[in-house]
Amino acid sequence: MNQQKPGEMLATRRGLSDTAIKRLFVLPTIILLLCINIFPLIWSLGLSFADYSAVRPRVPGVNPNWIGGGNYKEVLMDSHIWEYFTITAKYAMMAVAGEFLVGFGIALLLNRDFKAKGLITTLILIPMMMSMAIVGLFWKLLYNPGWGIINYMLGLKEFQWLANPRVALVAVAITDIWMWAPFTMLLALAGLSAIPQYLYEAAEIDRASWWFKFRRITLPLVTPLLLIALIFRTMEAFKMFDIAFVMTGGGPGTTTELIAINLYRLAFAQWNTGRASAFAYIILIMIIAISNIYIKYLNKAKEM
Amino acid sequence: MATVEQSKKKVSHWIIIAIILVLTIVYLIPTYWVISSSFKPFKVVTSIPPKILFKPEITSYIKLFTKRSIVRSDEELEERSAQAKWYETKVLKLGQTITGISPFPNRLFNSIFVAVLSTVAAVGLGTLTAYGFSRFKFKGENDWLFFILSTRMLPPVVVTIPLFLMYRFLGLNDTRFGLILLYTCFNLSFATWVMKGFIDEIPREYEEAALVDGYTRFEAFRKIVLPQAATGIAATAVFCFIFAWNEYVFALIMTTRNAQTAPPFIPSQLGVGLVDWGVMAAGASIFLIPVVAFTFVLRKHLLRGVTFGAIRK
Repeated sequence: MNQQKPGEMLATRRGLSDTAIKRLFVLPTIILLLCINIFPLIWSLGLSFADYSAVRPRVPGVNPNWIGGGNYKEVLMDSHIWEYFTITAKYAMMAVAGEFLVGFGIALLLNRDFKAKGLITTLILIPMMMSMAIVGLFWKLLYNPGWGIINYMLGLKEFQWLANPRVALVAVAITDIWMWAPFTMLLALAGLSAIPQYLYEAAEIDRASWWFKFRRITLPLVTPLLLIALIFRTMEAFKMFDIAFVMTGGGPGTTTELIAINLYRLAFAQWNTGRASAFAYIILIMIIAISNIYIKYLNKAKEM
Repeated sequence: MATVEQSKKKVSHWIIIAIILVLTIVYLIPTYWVISSSFKPFKVVTSIPPKILFKPEITSYIKLFTKRSIVRSDEELEERSAQAKWYETKVLKLGQTITGISPFPNRLFNSIFVAVLSTVAAVGLGTLTAYGFSRFKFKGENDWLFFILSTRMLPPVVVTIPLFLMYRFLGLNDTRFGLILLYTCFNLSFATWVMKGFIDEIPREYEEAALVDGYTRFEAFRKIVLPQAATGIAATAVFCFIFAWNEYVFALIMTTRNAQTAPPFIPSQLGVGLVDWGVMAAGASIFLIPVVAFTFVLRKHLLRGVTFGAIRK
């Protein structure tokens, strides 16, 4: 957008050296990412050491007031924050386990030749492409205790899902599973279809049992792809904001207060910018650790 | 013996197909329910037990696009009915009259505008960068690529705290340009990685032959590589469009009115007065149209897209 257009420049100067082209092609991206992603993060690293609120007027020494590592200490000592971490971990485990079972299960079923296979696969993949906010919104409609279709189909009368502290987190996780199980399915299907058929035929000759074939042939060969799905979904579940925020907004009480929702509240409702920045950095370090593992696996998958 | 086993296999095959069909239907129920709710008359949406059969109406869609007020007297109702257009009659039946256009079309326009421009920018820059990384040697190439992808993995809420301050300082809060800039960066890393996968697959020999023929490097890129990467560029663009179209957190925090897109707008209607679920469902349904259409267009490239180009098939 605000970058120079390489085309115009090059047309006038014929035969630019490869080094020049290389720089011209790559630098705009690097600079843009540094400006919009990295520079703000450095800024907020500074703010994380200050008692600062973005809505109060700037007065040197008062707002921001440099307090060293105070914010980090407060965040790490806050028992509520640990509660939200526990909720997020529970949520991630439920969602990822569900997506794994449902997605891999459907993939095993779909891994055969039949008419309309492509159509059915695509239909199941649609939820994954939807907006998480919109999905959260319409599951709210499905979960409605009075006239929602879920209570009707399960034969539950007026059962509270989202207003019930005991099942609200599960209800949100089910939505997440519905939306993202197709992701696991897609990766599992890719892995399954790449398994050479002769392995099964050889096992057939040895009269191997179904379980044996599954454990010794299928599972080891899809594991690399399933791992990618697992790490990616774990990372995404830790970042989860949209679905839960639209469906419950963290409630009832704090039963669905995921870390991302709490961070949002701290930063944009309580305007405790300094402390929110410190909290954000703690989350950031965790996410970078997970994404490091993830990208390593992606690179491995590339070589397969 | 053989025939018995074969027929056994056939039967189990059909049972599995039946299970697949049932599962597909169960999987589609949520989406179907929302779309069907958008065509239900106001009272049917919340009827107990839920109605499967009903006479479809488009009143919810008319409501979605309009502002209405309640008609005060019967005389006024008659007077207005006499000269009403077809869409006005629909809401007059409910005792309401159209007074103007709702903010929805504007939010929808913002969504389209921001998604299209950010896609063009991200795919354009991403293709160049991908070519650079694919064809030239870099010091610490993998580190740079890791850096590019890691910007995509950052949680949006974390990035928004400082971005909000930066945008406020630059006056970019609640502007379409600001949102386009954000989505461009958000998609740029994705576009670079996926495009690198596509360009890696194009044999270098073609360009090298062209270079020998006296093409400049840029001409070789434009006339040889770009046409061959066309499918990849199209697929990447559709992915970027969907990401920008669906994005919620940035839009929620960085926009309030002027530049607000549909994802934060549609749920925000929940808090306003009596909840008209039919209208909400209508908004969601319209919003889903491009997503469903594009998923079918993309079906061959979905795997590559969700793994950032790492897995090709």
